[in-house]
Amino acid sequence: MTKTENVAAATKAIIKKQGNSKSALIAVLQDIQETFNYLPKDALKTASKTMNVPLSRVYEAATFYSAFSLKPRGKNIVKICKGTACHVRGAAALQDRFESTLCIKPGETTPDRMFSLETVNCVGACALGPVVVINTDYHGQVTINKVDKIIDKIKKEGA
Amino acid sequence: MKETQAHQIEKDLKINYGPNKKFITVCAGTGCRAYGSLKVKEALEAELAKQNMQVDVLATGCLGFCEKGPMIVIHPDKYFYHSVKVEDVPEIVSKTIAKGEVISKLLYRDPDTKKTLFREEDLPFYKKQLRVVFGKNGMLEPTRIEDYLAIDGYQALGKVLSEMTPDDVINEVKKAGLRGRGGGGFPAAVKWEGVRRAHGDPKYVIANGDEGDPGAYMDRSLMEGNPHSVIEGMIIGAYTVGSNEGYIYVRNEYPLAVTHLTLAIEAAKKMGLLGKNILGTDFSFDIHISKGAGAFVCGESSALFASIEGRAGEPRAKYVHAVEKGLWDKPTVLNNVETWANVPLIINKGADWYASIGTEGSKGTKIFSLVGKINNTGLVEVPMGTTLYEIIYDMGGGIPGGRKFKAVQTGGPSGGCIPESLLDIPVDFDKLYEVGSMMGSGGMIVMDETSCMVDVARYFLAFLKEESCGKCVPCREGVKRMSDILEDICAGKGKDGDIEILEEMSKAITDGSLCALGGSAPNPVMSTIRYFREEYDAHIKEHRCPAGVCKALITYSIDAEKCTGCGLCAKVCSVRAITGEKKKAHIIDKDKCTRCGACIQSCKFDAINVK
Repeated sequence: MTKTENVAAATKAIIKKQGNSKSALIAVLQDIQETFNYLPKDALKTASKTMNVPLSRVYEAATFYSAFSLKPRGKNIVKICKGTACHVRGAAALQDRFESTLCIKPGETTPDRMFSLETVNCVGACALGPVVVINTDYHGQVTINKVDKIIDKIKKEGA
Repeated sequence: MKETQAHQIEKDLKINYGPNKKFITVCAGTGCRAYGSLKVKEALEAELAKQNMQVDVLATGCLGFCEKGPMIVIHPDKYFYHSVKVEDVPEIVSKTIAKGEVISKLLYRDPDTKKTLFREEDLPFYKKQLRVVFGKNGMLEPTRIEDYLAIDGYQALGKVLSEMTPDDVINEVKKAGLRGRGGGGFPAAVKWEGVRRAHGDPKYVIANGDEGDPGAYMDRSLMEGNPHSVIEGMIIGAYTVGSNEGYIYVRNEYPLAVTHLTLAIEAAKKMGLLGKNILGTDFSFDIHISKGAGAFVCGESSALFASIEGRAGEPRAKYVHAVEKGLWDKPTVLNNVETWANVPLIINKGADWYASIGTEGSKGTKIFSLVGKINNTGLVEVPMGTTLYEIIYDMGGGIPGGRKFKAVQTGGPSGGCIPESLLDIPVDFDKLYEVGSMMGSGGMIVMDETSCMVDVARYFLAFLKEESCGKCVPCREGVKRMSDILEDICAGKGKDGDIEILEEMSKAITDGSLCALGGSAPNPVMSTIRYFREEYDAHIKEHRCPAGVCKALITYSIDAEKCTGCGLCAKVCSVRAITGEKKKAHIIDKDKCTRCGACIQSCKFDAINVK
């Protein structure tokens, strides 16, 4: 199977699982993203055809919600919490440091596809603020000086 | 027939963690998990097995005192240990579990009286709380329905189905004075009555778990820690309005809440508490989970419906209310997670009891998340009408580092900042509104003298600009313009007249926006102008940020007297702006300095000045 066919087949399987009703669109997009780590163009086209939802509507939903990405994302997803509690505890300075260490802005991925940087509005772990969630791990009370260590550790583990 | 069956199921399932039984509860809320509480639990189980002891270890939901995780409670003595590490486990088992001896280093020490405190209820953080909704978290493992049944779970449902008509329930909730915990404070019974009387079929019951207010996480802790209380409330609501189908809309950022709710729904179905013919009656009700995808506006009712329907979450004008035309244009009850969790309590303990708590216009308790620049970060549940002072100082333990309190922000991006002079106000729906803020979902973000109020207003407007769905012009363009002006003020480009423009725009945006997001968007700006106008003036007229936050308006320098020349700051400075010989005072090159704050965080002698 070609890559396009693969994506189409996986998307069809997801739609089958979620039920082929228009209201399942968000859930289908969530599953697609979970499978591919982003929303591939071919998956959106397949979803549009199979679910009988105009592609413009699929695209609208895919771009409206901040959890979705139309670009491939890195192996490790760094989410900086920008909730109010984290903000007053210095999340902005932390973001600057992650940006300069990884040389990317939020929404971007490093060229080696190791890291994607994202911001999130509040992860509800305010006691740990400022919080950075990397993949599924919560890093609490992160200081600017810990940023490089955290990144180095992940790089080493990944190598 | 109905009655016996309902009560029998509960009786059969009751497990007794009676007053003399030895067991350990480990807080496994998201905060404590991040501190490593699950590892502590594993270590406890392994150590108990090693020492041949049969003691249950429960992973409970959030206990609220998130500052001090991981926390464990050893029953039946109820010894409360905090900041527990895996290394402490062997001692806990061999001393406390085996011999009943306490380990004093793990007990809480009152920072004021220096007294060692043994039990949760003795701690100043918990003492003034009234944890009737949230307190149950510590008594159950959220993935086991049996634990919930053991603390009288689903008894309210049994009572409703066997003894009460839908009108009885509405009257009881009305008498209790329950108001919506999601922010608006709309009387729940009025909403329910509206849906009950509305024409249209089917009717829907929805729990709003899209806790979008940054700095608020009480709904997360309820969904994760006591999912059945939310589900039970919803089932009672469904019976009352005549609905057979419901949804719980959960934020994308709360994966553990989704897992626990899913398990809870399955378990309730297996026991006949949910699904077809609930408890042998002819009432049927099913709940689905709908996951959000990261959009703040989806906390708004009509946007939430659009999202469940599989579309982008854009609100619509509310000429017709959700009680008439909500989800799929059918009559819909939408209540916040915490509101639903209050329902079983009202049924079990009675409306009179419930209405005896709180103030005249706001009954019952409210869970607040106390976060930001505060010593005891965590979730507190207090009777409505408790003063801000009591919450921040008696429970929260005041401001860290001896710094001065500046403001408390309530109500999320729709709320406002309340200054020190108003700390004595009793907190309820109406009072907070009066002082220019609102209850919101219950976030309380404490700020001290190092927080810049203009920066806070800028932060919220940047947030709202990002989250505005873009459908109506006043919000899309107006919030963006306000945000631009605030960015300019923080960047030192503020102009005379900016404050007046902000005030004028606030009014237009409030009047002209389609939904509450835009309608309340100017609140953070209005309240900070109202109470902290001098900070705006300092930014605009003197190009100065008094709190030392706005980068364009501050400079870093080293206090030569305090500096020991250790060189740590020079080492962490990523732009090499700090130079100096070892053991001699260092200096900062102001042109190179990016004011990132790394040197301040590394300096052990408090030698870096920000002006």
